[in-house]
Amino acid sequence: MSKDVAVLGVGMHPWGKWGRNFVEYGVHAARAALADAGVAWTDVQFVAGGDTMRNGYPGYVAGASIAQALGWNGAQVASTYGACATGAQAIDVARARILAGLCDVALVVGADTTPKGFFAPVGGERKTDPDWQRFHLLGATNPIYFGLYARRRMEIYGASPRDFAQVKVKNSRHGFANPNARYKKLYTIEEVMESPIVSDPLRLLDICATSDGGAAVVLTSMEFARKRATKPVRVAAVSTVTPRYPNTVIEMPNFATDSAVGVQVPDVPFRDSIARAAYEQAGIGPEDVSLAEVYDLSTALELDWYENIGLCKPGDAEKLLRDGVTTLGGKQPVNASGGLGCFGEAIPAQAISQLCELTWQLRGQAGERQVAGASVGVAVNQGLFGHGSAVLAVV
Amino acid sequence: MAPAKARVPAVEGWFTLDAKAPQLLGTRCKACGTYFFPKETSFCRNPRCAGTEFEEVPLSTRGKLWSFTDNRYQPPLPYRAGDPFVPYAVAAVELEREKMVVLGQVAGGVGCDQLHAGQQMELVLGTLYEDDANEYVMWKWRPL
Repeated sequence: MSKDVAVLGVGMHPWGKWGRNFVEYGVHAARAALADAGVAWTDVQFVAGGDTMRNGYPGYVAGASIAQALGWNGAQVASTYGACATGAQAIDVARARILAGLCDVALVVGADTTPKGFFAPVGGERKTDPDWQRFHLLGATNPIYFGLYARRRMEIYGASPRDFAQVKVKNSRHGFANPNARYKKLYTIEEVMESPIVSDPLRLLDICATSDGGAAVVLTSMEFARKRATKPVRVAAVSTVTPRYPNTVIEMPNFATDSAVGVQVPDVPFRDSIARAAYEQAGIGPEDVSLAEVYDLSTALELDWYENIGLCKPGDAEKLLRDGVTTLGGKQPVNASGGLGCFGEAIPAQAISQLCELTWQLRGQAGERQVAGASVGVAVNQGLFGHGSAVLAVV
Repeated sequence: MAPAKARVPAVEGWFTLDAKAPQLLGTRCKACGTYFFPKETSFCRNPRCAGTEFEEVPLSTRGKLWSFTDNRYQPPLPYRAGDPFVPYAVAAVELEREKMVVLGQVAGGVGCDQLHAGQQMELVLGTLYEDDANEYVMWKWRPL
């Protein structure tokens, strides 16, 4: 049995700081995806909504909130949350229902409205919640963790802040003509390196912002899609893997890693296992990848991902970047959309927006940021300490 | 002169208050020997261990610097920043015996420019914040 489902339609609400209700972005994206698919909302049988934690109760039942705003159609619904992996999880739930034969047409949608500045824990004094504790006892913001990873690259691989700045320069060029990107400005290395340090060695322009935005995809069975499209983009694999014990890399929001006393460290570390699981499902290798969308919460983290998704060996990411391999026009462009550097994070929408970008690229509809001849795309991210997220799209 | 404030831990039971030689307090699974910090006291997290009994153990007081960074801007609540906010470094320190990495603020105003991966760090106590009655103490790392 084929494990493929079709991406019949994709749509987004532009990222920004619009300050409106997240449901509105979700409906905008959903309507765009339905129009792109040529499917009526009333024909959607299943809705998978990506939840947001920062918009009160409607955000915890995002699937129903957005379905209600689209007009109740009686579809079955799920609302899912997995931090930054929320979107991949929603995609996977819809995919599994289609592959199980429980439905033919599913709408996957995520949207967010974010506060300004550092992400802080949700309200209330929760003294036993590690997310509350890390802010209270350490002041460990998200950039603190990004800074630790960035410094580690410098210390063990000889990466430099200039390399990190180069990632921003590259992505700012990629996203410059993307109508859905929030930041459309071409940066120079000097501008990045003159921006204020937030968490050494990372500067303001190395770190992604928090944004409002929405993204949606219409997933269908291959049989349904073939009646409507000659060569639809397919989702060939979704990975939502957890780590294997012990995870010896410090993860948000933890104070410590697992201990490796008593249990041998797994051969494949968590972040390497995320895309690998998707490659194995699809029988595709990293050498087959035409383009990748990776979760560049920081510029330095994008370099980590090159290695984690198998584009190069550990320690070679800077060379890959400097050689232009991951720049548009190179062999394996990374973040052709502009990435989080141009978008900022709209958590439940992010993994869905990655699939939107892969779909436009694989259809050859990405305009000025088109990756020539793209046939295989991988999108990867991670939800906090334990939610892997990877989607492989092929055409 | 105001009476001396009481020194109380910023979090109960995670470390000792011995000013000269403070120790982090973790637990160790009695069945498989795996360490946990913060303490695990109910079910062992080794996926192949059914352990439910733990002993409290002090963790190594020295370790090797895995990585480091700093906070140049005041973190949001519930962090209780001083006024004015003073930037500080954060260290991730690898404990050899426990084979784990533990975070902590870096004590004594030591900045990133004085740190490098691999250097020896030791556990000390420092003030996290104060209110009218108490000084809230936290573990910190300091280069040896």
